[in-house]
Amino acid sequence: MRQKFNTLRSTVVPLPIENIDTDQIIPARFLKATTREGFGENLFRDWRFDKEGNPKEEFVMNSPQYRGQVLVAGKNFGCGSSREHAAWAIEGAGFRAVVSSFFADIFRNNALNNGLLPVVVSEEMLAAIFAAAEVDPTMEVDIDLPAQTIQIVGTDLKESFEIAPYKKQCLVNGYDDVDYLVSIRAEIEEFEKR
Amino acid sequence: MNTLFDKIWDAHTIRTIDGGSCVLYIDRQYIHEVTSPQAFAGLRRRGIEVFRPEQVTASPDHNIPTKNQHLPIAEPQSAEQVATLERNCAENGIRIFPIGEEHNGIIHVIGPQTGLTQPGMTIVCGDSHTSTHGAMGCVAFGIGTSEVEMALASQCILQSKPKSMRINVEGELRKGVCSKDIILYIISKIGTGGGTGHFVEFAGSAIRSLSMEARMTICNMSIEMGARGGMIAPDKTTFDYLKGREFAPQGKEWDEAVERWSKLRSDDDAVFDKEITFDAADIEPMITYGTNPGMGIAIGGEIPSSEGMDSASKASYAKALEYMGFAEGEKMVGKKIDYVFVGSCTNGRIEDLRAFANFVKGHRKAEGVTAWIVPGSKEVERMAIEEGLRDILEQAGFELRQPGCSACLAMNEDKIPAGKYCVATSNRNFEGRQGPESRTLLAGPLVAAAAAIRGVVTDPREMM
Repeated sequence: MRQKFNTLRSTVVPLPIENIDTDQIIPARFLKATTREGFGENLFRDWRFDKEGNPKEEFVMNSPQYRGQVLVAGKNFGCGSSREHAAWAIEGAGFRAVVSSFFADIFRNNALNNGLLPVVVSEEMLAAIFAAAEVDPTMEVDIDLPAQTIQIVGTDLKESFEIAPYKKQCLVNGYDDVDYLVSIRAEIEEFEKR
Repeated sequence: MNTLFDKIWDAHTIRTIDGGSCVLYIDRQYIHEVTSPQAFAGLRRRGIEVFRPEQVTASPDHNIPTKNQHLPIAEPQSAEQVATLERNCAENGIRIFPIGEEHNGIIHVIGPQTGLTQPGMTIVCGDSHTSTHGAMGCVAFGIGTSEVEMALASQCILQSKPKSMRINVEGELRKGVCSKDIILYIISKIGTGGGTGHFVEFAGSAIRSLSMEARMTICNMSIEMGARGGMIAPDKTTFDYLKGREFAPQGKEWDEAVERWSKLRSDDDAVFDKEITFDAADIEPMITYGTNPGMGIAIGGEIPSSEGMDSASKASYAKALEYMGFAEGEKMVGKKIDYVFVGSCTNGRIEDLRAFANFVKGHRKAEGVTAWIVPGSKEVERMAIEEGLRDILEQAGFELRQPGCSACLAMNEDKIPAGKYCVATSNRNFEGRQGPESRTLLAGPLVAAAAAIRGVVTDPREMM
């Protein structure tokens, strides 16, 4: 059973860069582990740390001002490689949701399969969140998965977002697909005979 | 009025649940050492066995060395990952092509080459370039490790059905233009998110005229425009390629299969959610200048201006050019390069090595350029030696290495040093993709060959 996702109120970590690929999220040289743990410390490794492993001051995750469980990124987030390690790294670094105006397909599936909620917002909403966070790093968003809404707390800026009904149920209840698929093995065997 | 994609997808859908998640039956699953260990660990934790081990094939490829493959892997973590794959396959009765053996190689090169990949199939692998197999007329796409576990557990995955898209390339290709140029051109036009949410069928006379291997290069990079996968309707080219391969149907079964496969095409009145047509005559040899595969231009062109972009895009564009050490308006031709990498699931097949070797024949590699020629599989390596390509390469100052993913993603020792420029026939020019702070210029084998000889970015047509 995975951690369940219901509602979340959190400050945000803004990353206003477009086309962030999974090689930036977790570089290939860190994919050599055989477990799911420990990827969080290398999240955005080459943007976050210099060659000697010292934090780069200018990167948002190293700023003392920006903390939170919601990562907000420019459009086409998670493009490139199918590595699920990207979702593990984001989750491992303490995030529970990623907000963008556009996600790459495989990343979106990988996130959903790990209880990490991808929230697709309009370009306008994304720009509004970036602007609000720049002015006030303590700004919070409210994400309500059952209602499928996201709101900038203290404003009337609120949007609904799409999620496949089945995936929503999985997240809300902490279910996973393998349990479901194994439960219908008999039906799969029937299909194979056709 | 169905598309080819609809026909294959629908025939493999066991049931559709709440709001469109399909239980999709998978004919073939390919696995490698990097994205499978956690899936096997998951099965063990749940106490369940691999459901259909005979439909799964493994090949270590991502972090294997491309020299001295007869020796144990020196890097301990890579060695452990490969050993874990071997152990998982042995425990579950899964076919594996170990390092150094006849069939080993990049999984997307050996699938078609061994005849395991066939028209009409559904194929998944924990690797985004699984789209390569679509060139054989199948629905093939990359998945994450949780989905690898689903497929191992049930031979099915849960997946929303993507929308359909057709990209037509009509007319005759110009001299010196290869299939890599076609796909880099398409991505430069529609962008790295232009295909997101869609499964693409490539069609049109220019596509049909391509060899099987050239078609694989195109489908391989469909993920670089965000598409879920790419495919090409099977035809005589497909059947001629497949006939006689080890795992292809034989004898009477072959004839029946061809009859069945010949019906795999989009209906004349099929409607696609999106359709785009390009003129083959507009395509020139391409090269990328930025940090995503959509940042490509005709080799003689100039790096585009950011004028007219919105402020968010402008900032990302400036960041990319700064990383590359380039400026708007500059020409790519004449830029000094340090490395050339020929290989990967994009351009590591025998045809690519032939094109490169024939081009460099009688020339010498430029001083100061390091070149890695990495075959996509053991079979490609064997053919390159038998056909005399290795001799040609060596006479021109190049070295043929052993198969693997190599410098495409630099998980093994084949890393481009910080700040250096590499013309690569692979698929991604992301920041640090070929090693921390490396700078990648994506191109086809001819542009790579011309650059290797001159030491600067060169239009290959000048030398033909």
